Amino acid sequence: MSSDDDGAWCPIPGRQYDRVVLGHGGGGLLSDELLRDVFLRAFRGDTLAKLEDSAVLPRLAGRLAFTTDAFVVHPLFFPGGDIGRLAVAGTVNDLAVAGAKPLYLSAAFILEEGLLLTDLERIVESMRSTAQEAGVELVAGDTKVVERGKADGAFVVTTGIGVVPEGRTLSVSAAEEGNAVLVSGTLGDHGVAVLARREGLEFETTLESDCAPLASLVDALLERAPSTRALRDPTRGGLASSLVEIAAASRVSIAIDEAQLPLRPEVRAACELFGLDVLHIANEGKLVAIVPESEADAALAAMHAHPLGRNAARIGKVAAERAGQVTLRTSIGAVRVVTQLSGEQLPRIC
Amino acid sequence: MKYVDEYRSEKTARGLAAAIRSELRAPWVIMEVCGGQTHSIVRYGVDELLPPGVELVHGPGCPVCVTPLETIDRAHAIARRPEVTFCSYGDMLRVPGSRGDLLSAKAAGADVRVVYSPLDALELATRLPERQVVFFAIGFETTAPANAAAIEEAQRRGVENFSALVSHVLVPPAISAILEAADNRVQAFLGPGHVCTVMGTLEYEAIAARFAVPIVVTGFEPVDLLEGLLMTVRMLQAGRNGVEIQYRRAVQREGNPRARELCARVFELCDRKWRGIGQLPQSGLTLAREYRDFDAAHRFEVAHIETQEPADCIAGRVLRGLAKPTDCAAFGKRCTPQSPLGATMVSSEGACAAYYEHRLLPLTQTRSEAEVLR
Repeated sequence: MSSDDDGAWCPIPGRQYDRVVLGHGGGGLLSDELLRDVFLRAFRGDTLAKLEDSAVLPRLAGRLAFTTDAFVVHPLFFPGGDIGRLAVAGTVNDLAVAGAKPLYLSAAFILEEGLLLTDLERIVESMRSTAQEAGVELVAGDTKVVERGKADGAFVVTTGIGVVPEGRTLSVSAAEEGNAVLVSGTLGDHGVAVLARREGLEFETTLESDCAPLASLVDALLERAPSTRALRDPTRGGLASSLVEIAAASRVSIAIDEAQLPLRPEVRAACELFGLDVLHIANEGKLVAIVPESEADAALAAMHAHPLGRNAARIGKVAAERAGQVTLRTSIGAVRVVTQLSGEQLPRIC
Repeated sequence: MKYVDEYRSEKTARGLAAAIRSELRAPWVIMEVCGGQTHSIVRYGVDELLPPGVELVHGPGCPVCVTPLETIDRAHAIARRPEVTFCSYGDMLRVPGSRGDLLSAKAAGADVRVVYSPLDALELATRLPERQVVFFAIGFETTAPANAAAIEEAQRRGVENFSALVSHVLVPPAISAILEAADNRVQAFLGPGHVCTVMGTLEYEAIAARFAVPIVVTGFEPVDLLEGLLMTVRMLQAGRNGVEIQYRRAVQREGNPRARELCARVFELCDRKWRGIGQLPQSGLTLAREYRDFDAAHRFEVAHIETQEPADCIAGRVLRGLAKPTDCAAFGKRCTPQSPLGATMVSSEGACAAYYEHRLLPLTQTRSEAEVLR
């Protein structure tokens, strides 16, 4: 697409390139143009607009939560989201499940020469709207460009800072015997939606990624269930990884029930077809909550009342014996162990 | 989900298990032949519902597990050639050859792709005319028809940059080999449901008659497996040999004649070495003479393959039903899915990987012991 025929989306006159070129990362005039045309147009906050070498933030009260994450998804745009939304939601969610109120983000872009500037604008616009949804401000950023073939369109790294309110002590090592295990909704939606768009495995589905910032869901949950012990967002490695990490760190076991796992029929069907285990598939807008039994119903009700938690479900409980293990009661009533994914999920031959 | 949930029903499964328990009058050793059945048994805990008198041993029916090391080394050598785009089913990527696996070849620059169907590899060949696209055609009679179709289609369309490295294996010779062995313990078989969907049951009737064993052709869902086991126990206790079909919704006695004809056109019988088991006469399929142009083993000369199996891997005994994965000293210690010594630890259809991924540790183990094991 040329810049001239795209008045509504790209009104800057005389833009020289419609694709990212190496010069956009060179630190000179082209870099400046990219910064002003693309990034500053989306992110109008005062801190970023000052263009200092560092964002200087106001004094923050309380313990700080600080996290970073790199995003390399392929394809860049998928049903229900894109790398921009993912990059904001992912870091916001890492802060939120630590009990923090997410406040500030930085974003670093590694762009591949040849990326369409309109695609970059879509990514940045998606980051802007997701940041707004999550109530965070993007205050610092950087862009580098690498030669064609040395990256996959765009890589985005986001770093986030949040403040943990007084009295919140969520920890992966705080699960206790008798706690209830809850998930905030259907599992595997993101992983299967992205899989469905991968070259070589495209299949028709209306399934969308669940990619979303969870800070407001966490607030709603913790308001009704303030004694919640641990939260995790089961992203890469899926629910299995989150539960194994909690069981190991808390020196407890976790028993879940296959029949209680909330699953969309399309996700189940894709798992059957490709021989995948939904417990290992990534989610980008779900959390798993370890809640004392006395607050479990309140926690579920709080999630059900939130748009991102409508399909929340109780899936199991925490026990003392077999410390470190996660077990699953299978659909026929037997018990098997749940382990972390080793490497990558590889589809079976038949 | 229809056609799935009813075969995973706890009520039906428990009813079948109770019937097995009440009818059982003697201990029996039964082998499930197919890796898909092994996966399902361990994944759903089917054996947990069984009385102690029914011992399940896991058979040689995991295709990546029995693909011989020479073939894997040959595949790796071809995949490393600069002009080659090498296509494989996913679970073949991590199978260790003598020097690393396909994932490490990929990391070192080889163009290795996962495909779900040989026809996808053929499509890739038409899209990449400057590349030599090689498909690793492994598996039992189940995958053979699709592979045959792709090769026939390649010839029909004249896709000259497509070839297949064929290493198909056949189930009946493996069952015969197990029954002929002096140390055999297996008294009956759950026959391979999907293989028989293609091939029918005639070959199995011959084996049942020759060795006087019951074979029940069985499906892959927990209820299928329990029903197949109940039928097997009844045959054993009645002293009845022969073939019965549990998996009636897919299997007919004559199989799928069109698929068999297709295979007969494209492939011919050959002697084949099975990893962990050894050379079995007339136990494999190779490309028929008319299709030799599409044989990657002919197209790409690979000089001198010297294989090296880890000395302490007991995969061969596991594949013949003589040992359980947990009998192996390396299991869960030096051999894990992250660094497998043998192929049975790679595919989720392999008995060792299935045990590692899904088996409960004894209740008495403390966490530190559990960590050592895991």
